[in-house]
Amino acid sequence: MTQIAFGLSSVLPGLNHLLSRYAESMMWLARYMERIENLARLLEVTEAFVRGPDGHTGWDSIIQLNSDEDRFFSLHDSATEEDVLVFYVTERANPNSIKAMAHSVRENARAVRPLISTEMWMQLNIFTRWVLDLEFSDIRLNSLSSICNRLKQECQTHFGVTEGTLYRDQAWLFYLLGKHLERSDQITRLIDIRYHTLLPQDEKIGSDIDITQWASVLRSAAAYHAFRRLQPVTTTPANVVGFLLKNEGFPRSLATNLSQLDSTLAALAGHRSLRKRCSSLQERVADLRVTLLDQTADDIIIRGLHEYMTWVQSQLSLLQAEVADAFWPAMPEKPYALEMQSQS
Amino acid sequence: MTDSLTHAPAQKAGIFADYSVPDFFCELLNRKDAPPPDLTRIYNRLAKFDLAELRHRAAAVEAQLYRLGITFTVYSDKEAIDRILPFDVIPRVLTAQEWDHVERGVQQRVKAINLFLHDIYHDQAILRDGIIPADLVLKNPNYCSAMVEIDVPGGVYVHINGTDLIRDQEGRFLVLEDNARTPSGVSYVIENRHMMLRLMPDLASGLPLRSVEEYGLRLHQSLCDVAPEGVSDPQVVLLSPGIYNSAYFEHVFLAREMGVPLVEGKDLVVENHRVYMRTVVGLRPVHSIYRRLNDEFLDPLAFNPESLLGVPGLVEAYRRGNVTIANALGTGVADDKAVYAYMPRIIRYYLNEDPILDSVQTHICAEPEGLAYTLANMNKLVIKPVGESGGYGLLIGPQASAAELEDFRNRLLENPTNYISQPVINLSVSPTLCEDGVEARHVDLRPFALTGRSTWVLPGGLSRVALRKGSLVVNSSQGGGSKDTWVLAS
Repeated sequence: MTQIAFGLSSVLPGLNHLLSRYAESMMWLARYMERIENLARLLEVTEAFVRGPDGHTGWDSIIQLNSDEDRFFSLHDSATEEDVLVFYVTERANPNSIKAMAHSVRENARAVRPLISTEMWMQLNIFTRWVLDLEFSDIRLNSLSSICNRLKQECQTHFGVTEGTLYRDQAWLFYLLGKHLERSDQITRLIDIRYHTLLPQDEKIGSDIDITQWASVLRSAAAYHAFRRLQPVTTTPANVVGFLLKNEGFPRSLATNLSQLDSTLAALAGHRSLRKRCSSLQERVADLRVTLLDQTADDIIIRGLHEYMTWVQSQLSLLQAEVADAFWPAMPEKPYALEMQSQS
Repeated sequence: MTDSLTHAPAQKAGIFADYSVPDFFCELLNRKDAPPPDLTRIYNRLAKFDLAELRHRAAAVEAQLYRLGITFTVYSDKEAIDRILPFDVIPRVLTAQEWDHVERGVQQRVKAINLFLHDIYHDQAILRDGIIPADLVLKNPNYCSAMVEIDVPGGVYVHINGTDLIRDQEGRFLVLEDNARTPSGVSYVIENRHMMLRLMPDLASGLPLRSVEEYGLRLHQSLCDVAPEGVSDPQVVLLSPGIYNSAYFEHVFLAREMGVPLVEGKDLVVENHRVYMRTVVGLRPVHSIYRRLNDEFLDPLAFNPESLLGVPGLVEAYRRGNVTIANALGTGVADDKAVYAYMPRIIRYYLNEDPILDSVQTHICAEPEGLAYTLANMNKLVIKPVGESGGYGLLIGPQASAAELEDFRNRLLENPTNYISQPVINLSVSPTLCEDGVEARHVDLRPFALTGRSTWVLPGGLSRVALRKGSLVVNSSQGGGSKDTWVLAS
């Protein structure tokens, strides 16, 4: 009866005074760190494994994946390797560049500095300062893959330090909301864009290049070896899609992250005054989970993978907007005592 | 001159071999009395250090300060640069007797300042009795008419006070100025101690040092003491201008040490003349606000309508006694550089006691005799604008060129009321690790006093050191650094 939420039931103390601004910053801190890690992985994999039909590195697919076509071509003439790397690593004018995101991480980390552990702050302080000082010449000098590896490692260090030192109160729950929302978003974008890049309607499936390309999709999600263990023989688009969307043991799958969102919201709703605020959010996540559970990967592909991914993404962005409305509304509600007065 | 060296250690050794203290007071090497045994122990331990070893540790401290982000932010045109306050690894040591004197002096001064502020916002007896010119108080830009006839809890206006002290050639403590608005620097006192114990454990080991750990708890207690009457479990917050403020680290530090939220103006809302903060469970009441925002930015309805930092309606909520603001509004009159000159008389007037801490003799250029004296002795005086802080805009006569003196004379004559002058004090020195070895550098001391139901003074305080050779200006904006301040318990 007193069990508040599955697995997160220990999140109880200090549950009533988290500033709205802190909640917002915790959520975005997690989202941006996830994004940086994903983008670093994607850049590295693209350089090594992704080839277009002409055999050239598929840099332009990254632009598609982030829906950055307009912004990219307003700043650059063509999607050459250098242009794409500048755009995604060092260009401050691009809010989706690693540098711009590191700036956002720094601002959010500074805002919640009174709340997070000194270990978390120290690591973020050093990390963001390093990224903000990166120049394009550093990428040339050290190779893209070594830069990407350090970026990934620093992000993972952050997640580890956070897991090990952040006090488990509401701040932690908003951090988890951000992390799992972002992972859900990233995985659906990746599948959506790569599916259509790799599987044009009129081409035969199962060719050599096809398998290499699907392997690269898995690598972009850090899923390659886990997938191999599960599917030693057959790599089909449906297997890959199924693994990335539905596998419950893979930490970056949609299913895993929806389930984490669900238990995080349940933990938040455990606080009496938050129950009402959480109910519509919980409803939306439940809806996403049921829809995913009800279909096989083949169903999804036959019914239209792109349409489904678009729907999931729109639900996720509605979820973010609803979280904002519920916990950091532009116009705060009247305090309880005043509501009573105005009713009399 | 030889006489002043009598109590220096008989043999200057090790890193102190080349240390020379011309005719300044130095707590470690040139005292007026025989040093207590613990001071000699510290001296002996320090002397054994190898210079290279000391530099190695200093570099480690610096790197650590950067990593921890114990920094202040300097803004250039486009960039925000994080700077550390340079830290010197040689501590500044005060004996138990010296500290007892300083502590009593600071408590006395804070008491007098609070009585003075209450008086000038109520009966104004001190003005009627002619102790201080009425114009100096009532026409002071920091005099806050919104405070007239307002009663603050416990009669406390200055909850957090910083008193800048210097020592003269004889080692006598003198008050240089009071900081009764939003004194800063206390986070460095505590972080410096942490640095020191981490990097110089061998130096501090076994010595009876007064702890500085209590500050956060005491601050929280003081702010609870002065919460509006009838509130049983007051919600304290720290109000900061936000992450872009140069002292943001200190705001974070203090909020964390107190365990209270650090809020910005946009986190607070006033409804029905009560103050609330915006939380994920809705609006929650706030009772005591430690603000690190100047008066004029607190409330766009009451003061600067352009300010986006403050909280509309905050001042009216405060005037109605629904929230306590620390420090109170309008305390700037008390730390004004011209009012400073009257402080000994203010202390005698309210407490009927002699000041425990002396002041520096001060000539007020607003008064004809003060101006005449100043103009006749410019090359011997320090001349300061009354409204500036941070060591800006002052003239140190003996160090100024003829052209600088002439230039300053014109500025002074243009607006005499803006200036005061004081004799140049031969500030005391403390051994400091410099480029060419351990050398004497001038220091000051800012003890911090907290007042709720009573006044408590943090043992020690911020010792600032002028790192440039010969410089008398210790401000961080002018090449100053800091030292850990050790108060011996016995």
